[in-house]
Amino acid sequence: MHDSSTTVVHDRNGEAHAAHNPALLHHFAEPQQQRDAASLGMWVFLATEVMFFGGLFCAYLVYRQWYFGDFAAASKSINMGLGATNTAVLICSSLTVVLAVWAAQTARRSLLIGSLALTMLLGLTFLGIKGIEYRDKFVEHHVPGASFSFENEPIPGHPGQYANARHAQMFFSLYFVMTGLHALHMIIGLGIFLWLLIMAWKGRFTPEWHTPVEIGGLYWHFVDIVWIYLFPLLYLIDRHP
Amino acid sequence: MSAHSSATSSPLKMYFGVFFALLVGTGLTVYAATLDLGRYNAVVALGIATIKATLVALFFMHVWHASEKLTKLVVVAALFFLLLLLGLTMSDYATRMWS
Repeated sequence: MHDSSTTVVHDRNGEAHAAHNPALLHHFAEPQQQRDAASLGMWVFLATEVMFFGGLFCAYLVYRQWYFGDFAAASKSINMGLGATNTAVLICSSLTVVLAVWAAQTARRSLLIGSLALTMLLGLTFLGIKGIEYRDKFVEHHVPGASFSFENEPIPGHPGQYANARHAQMFFSLYFVMTGLHALHMIIGLGIFLWLLIMAWKGRFTPEWHTPVEIGGLYWHFVDIVWIYLFPLLYLIDRHP
Repeated sequence: MSAHSSATSSPLKMYFGVFFALLVGTGLTVYAATLDLGRYNAVVALGIATIKATLVALFFMHVWHASEKLTKLVVVAALFFLLLLLGLTMSDYATRMWS
């Protein structure tokens, strides 16, 4: 079975098989089926992730519709420019991920390594910008807890009305949990991509077998999609002057 | 997947097209947020986000070209149960002050 120079191999039961691709695991009929099985498994995992984030989005929607004015006032205090920049950074990283998958499919080693490294760099940029945002929130006492303060903040579109600090605290709790959980996914993604980078450096990926690049890419794109929804929901509730 | 990419022309043009569409969508969202559209601000923001997410899923995550129908079924099932969660919850909470 391990002798690839012969065209016929025998399995444990002495049955003859045509020699097959060493990248193909024995229980799969063909490489396409092996790839499909791997991405199907990843999609099932991503479906559980949809439900995981879905619960938080659901909580967000309920409180947003109860305390809309307070949420709009709190949303206005977050730095929209940093959020938009981070959205662009993640979109760029999604591009470098598809380039990495394509490079693995077409055996372009330096493009694969470069794309994986660039993806990590963009991921770190995202987390750095996120860190600046969090620091601002700490400085402004907008972190839920004993020192939370949100006084005399006007409700957009309602002159003379001010946000209820307890309701605004609810917004910031959701903001920190949702962006924090998203950032945790980014950190895990960076770990996965570091491992992919090491594997790529060692030349483990071939056009026949690059499953980790494919499903690692699926994970990264999913985290991007979560951010695509977080950005308008958290940063852009009511921004018009 | 490699079968179709080696048989057909390189998918790079499509990848860059989707990339620019995503950047334009981000710019549009930020611009639309500065306009006073009343209740339609949220509709526009979520509409653009959904278009962007669909582009990422279909073309970057290869759902469009997935050879296995089961993969598409899992995607649709995940969305169905998410909409069930959000839809049924909001049909309660969003209608409580209607009395």
